[in-house]
Amino acid sequence: MLIEGIKSRPQYPGLVADPHANHHVFAADGDGAQAIIDLFNRHGAQIKGRVTIVYAETDANSADYTTRLKQLPVEFVHALPTIVTAIRRLQGVLNVARMGTRIYAAGTETLIGLAVQLSQELGMDPQAVLTEHRGTLARRVQCVHCKGFTENVKTNIVKCAHCGTNLLVRDHYSKRLAAFQGVCVDAEIPGELPEIVEVFK
Amino acid sequence: MTTNQIRVRVAEVETVAAQIRRLKLVPIGMSGLPDFSGGAHTILSIPDGERTLRNPYSLMSSPYDTSSYEVSVLKAAESRGGSAFIHDKIREGLPITISAPVNLFPVDRRARRHILIAGGIGITPFMSIMRQLEHDDVPFELHYGMRSQERGAYWRQLRETYGHRVHIYFEDQGQTIPLKTLLDGQPLGTHVYVCGPSTMIDWVLNGARDAGWPAENVHYERFSAPPPGTSFTVELARSGKTVPVGPHQSMLEALEAAGIDAPYLCRGGACGQCETRIVSCAGAIQHNDHYLSDAEKAAGDKIMICVSRVDGSTVTLDL
Repeated sequence: MLIEGIKSRPQYPGLVADPHANHHVFAADGDGAQAIIDLFNRHGAQIKGRVTIVYAETDANSADYTTRLKQLPVEFVHALPTIVTAIRRLQGVLNVARMGTRIYAAGTETLIGLAVQLSQELGMDPQAVLTEHRGTLARRVQCVHCKGFTENVKTNIVKCAHCGTNLLVRDHYSKRLAAFQGVCVDAEIPGELPEIVEVFK
Repeated sequence: MTTNQIRVRVAEVETVAAQIRRLKLVPIGMSGLPDFSGGAHTILSIPDGERTLRNPYSLMSSPYDTSSYEVSVLKAAESRGGSAFIHDKIREGLPITISAPVNLFPVDRRARRHILIAGGIGITPFMSIMRQLEHDDVPFELHYGMRSQERGAYWRQLRETYGHRVHIYFEDQGQTIPLKTLLDGQPLGTHVYVCGPSTMIDWVLNGARDAGWPAENVHYERFSAPPPGTSFTVELARSGKTVPVGPHQSMLEALEAAGIDAPYLCRGGACGQCETRIVSCAGAIQHNDHYLSDAEKAAGDKIMICVSRVDGSTVTLDL
């Protein structure tokens, strides 16, 4: 299949503390909270200055995570109900942030991708955002034909939520769009599809 | 590589400060020169008796006017011949050869704000960069330090053109760039650029790191002239040729003198284009580049032939 071995596929090396930053801004969703808690257990002494956490409560156990995040030595924990509202709050935080701020993103690829996209729009390089993947591998996919986004894609083939084209989900990733690219899979013989498998669990 | 060479004529020579000359170069036989972006450099081929010296100089003219290029050349205290030739021998009307421009010091166009820090002749790339930032209407500020009023180039005209965005510091009047203050409190998405003496570049890199700036927001350009050493021999494993390297010659220059077209772009140890695999080496490798990591230098299986050399008898390269 066309979906493997593409260089633009993002890598998430894991959170490490930046000992020089004077403001640490974390964006997380679902189990991403555990990555933040683990980082504080591991490198807490190296995190100096102000800490802001923006957390999307997207899972059943998220309320419990919010309680635990508030027990960390941090100044602000903003808990929001969805990824979209959390990213909007992150934008509010970063709009007034100063250099010396280190941005971290932990959780699903969708949350990480949108946090990196926002950082890039604000003049920061994607490599400057420290990332750790936790939780589902479900993908945010852009249809390269109609440009619509289909969220939470778990299968190798998906019907575009906007134009209905059968899309092959590729590893080809756009940092600008924070989305994997979906390309028509049955152009030659419409309706003739490869086996549909749940690959992004 | 010696392709992409352009013939130009020296149209103007002007002494703009103590030991600094400005050259204006116009094309021969074509209407315009290739496009470039702010921060780009060109390599001037300078005849020196039997050999040809090739030195990189930043383009300081406007990227929006390619009817000519302008460069500025500081006479090096221990010139290998290049800057001395430009200061002592170059006259208006002389034809010379330059390379098509290459940019190893571009601005990050995603940035919301740019801070430019220049020391001495390091002002030159910022001359074209500021034209571009002005054109794009992006906020910037320049902090430009120099030894004295007499030894600094262009500071009067920069003040006139860019007003309060230009900050000038004269070392002999005890003025220094307030690095910590100017790195503090900048809005997220600010990028800093530095060009100047090596010690100044290190000062800014360390200062930015300590102020919590990600490395991706810090940009610098550091060209080295190839340092002299002792003579040695280069053996080329693939072509079977043997080339002697003189004490004041780089390996790249020796290969070119022997008629071998080796890869290069910056000739200053910055870009990585001339990275060459070492097959074997009888002697100690002297890495003089800013490209290979410390681990790569220690491994000893790669060398940048534009500035690095060998203290020993023979090195065998995969060429």
